[in-house]
Amino acid sequence: MKRLVNIREQVVPISFIAAILIIWESVAALQIVPTYILPAPTKIIISLFTNLPVLKEHILVTLMEALVGFVISIVFALFISIIMDSIPVVRRAIYPLIITSQTVPMITIAPLFAIWFGFGYLPKIIIVALVCFFPITISLLEGLASVEEDLLNLIKSMGASKVQLYKIIKLPSAMPGFFSGLKISGTYSITGATIGEWVGGKKGLGVYMLRVKSSFATDKVFATIIIITLLSLGMLKIISYIERKAMPWVHDKNNMVWEDE
Amino acid sequence: MKKVEAINIKKSFGQLHTLEDISLSLEENRFVSLLGPSGCGKSTLFNIISGLTLPDRGEILIDGEVYNGKTGRVSYMHQKDLLLPWKNILSNVMIPLILKGESKNQAEKKALEYFHLFGLDGFEKNYPNQLSGGMRQRASLLRAYLFSKDIMLLDEPFGGLDAITKRKMQHWLLEVFNNLNSSILFITHDIDEAIFLSDEIYILSKRPAVVKKVFQVNIGRPRDDNTFTNVEFIRIKKEILNLL
Repeated sequence: MKRLVNIREQVVPISFIAAILIIWESVAALQIVPTYILPAPTKIIISLFTNLPVLKEHILVTLMEALVGFVISIVFALFISIIMDSIPVVRRAIYPLIITSQTVPMITIAPLFAIWFGFGYLPKIIIVALVCFFPITISLLEGLASVEEDLLNLIKSMGASKVQLYKIIKLPSAMPGFFSGLKISGTYSITGATIGEWVGGKKGLGVYMLRVKSSFATDKVFATIIIITLLSLGMLKIISYIERKAMPWVHDKNNMVWEDE
Repeated sequence: MKKVEAINIKKSFGQLHTLEDISLSLEENRFVSLLGPSGCGKSTLFNIISGLTLPDRGEILIDGEVYNGKTGRVSYMHQKDLLLPWKNILSNVMIPLILKGESKNQAEKKALEYFHLFGLDGFEKNYPNQLSGGMRQRASLLRAYLFSKDIMLLDEPFGGLDAITKRKMQHWLLEVFNNLNSSILFITHDIDEAIFLSDEIYILSKRPAVVKKVFQVNIGRPRDDNTFTNVEFIRIKKEILNLL
């Protein structure tokens, strides 16, 4: 029954997307716009598959940069947010800086990293880490601060140390926030790596995109965009899966409710 | 023997004079209730007794020793169950034992001994949100009990429950109290509940709170539904109603 409702709910968006694709395809087929400006969806799909062998190594490089940067940002976010949460002075000192830093567009400072760190993997990884750092840190900070005062008092009244407070109460209750931060950052990580590669490099989806763009191979540009989107969605799916496994108490909520006899 | 004694406790928060002058004592294995209008500072008094808050004046004695500002001696249970949603019931009630440095196995064994008494048999592995309000409060009480068996502070533990569950929990608490060997301080603003459960009732005034009167409830135990129509019960209830 639930499945049927799901399908019915999806009919509208799916038909809408199908309609757009059909119009797009006909516009391309009728040669209203030149192919190098708007290639047909079918042409994009075909070029995606024919170029897959070439694309593969670029995908792997971008994925590697994104993952390494992502992991680094998680480690830093955990470290910084716990320190900020436990020492109020540090929180007040750093918080405005973190917020302000987010107003700087990454694309404008990416060239700086190329100047400082060259055209290897390092500047890309740094950019990914910077992009991912903010959403994780902010959501972790909020999660850590949102713990019920009565609960903290209760565990304190049982003589818990500060480390135990974090281990038993604060970190677990920050988990939902932490994961929503991870989901945002995970999708950013692929884009972040691509922006880094855009500035210059030898391999990666950003580099590949620059190349095919210069030769007006618009179908290949679109194919790369599809891959970037798929990779970002993949990150999101994997993180959601880990989230469900890591927080079974949320997942099991609807299982059973026991009444007093 | 006096388990807990509060002597001339006074506490203000800035301009808010919460407790003016409170003295009370809890004898061993007695059930003592604090009854008063809401917002009169009963919970502040519990925070002071449990050592979370320092009084402006006065002393807290536990087993005859000064305990001002020292946590970790008495157990404290709130109106909210305050169970951790990410831990199952067994792991939740084990927390105080783990905090005391016991091994996981040892703590598990100790905690499991009480699951039957607390009516939680078979729910060891369930998460709190899978249990009813009454069961969660029983788990919360078990957690408090495992922390400190001899002195327990219960802050309106049944205040958040519906009337029927509340009545069941009161009967259950009376029954289980006989097996606990605890001295209990109990906050409530339900007059019937106070008389039904207690050996002694302190009536507190509104803020700034002082002790208005102390009632001895001389109704024998075990008590049951007939207690509510007992002559002594009605006499005390009338007097309390007149006072408030």
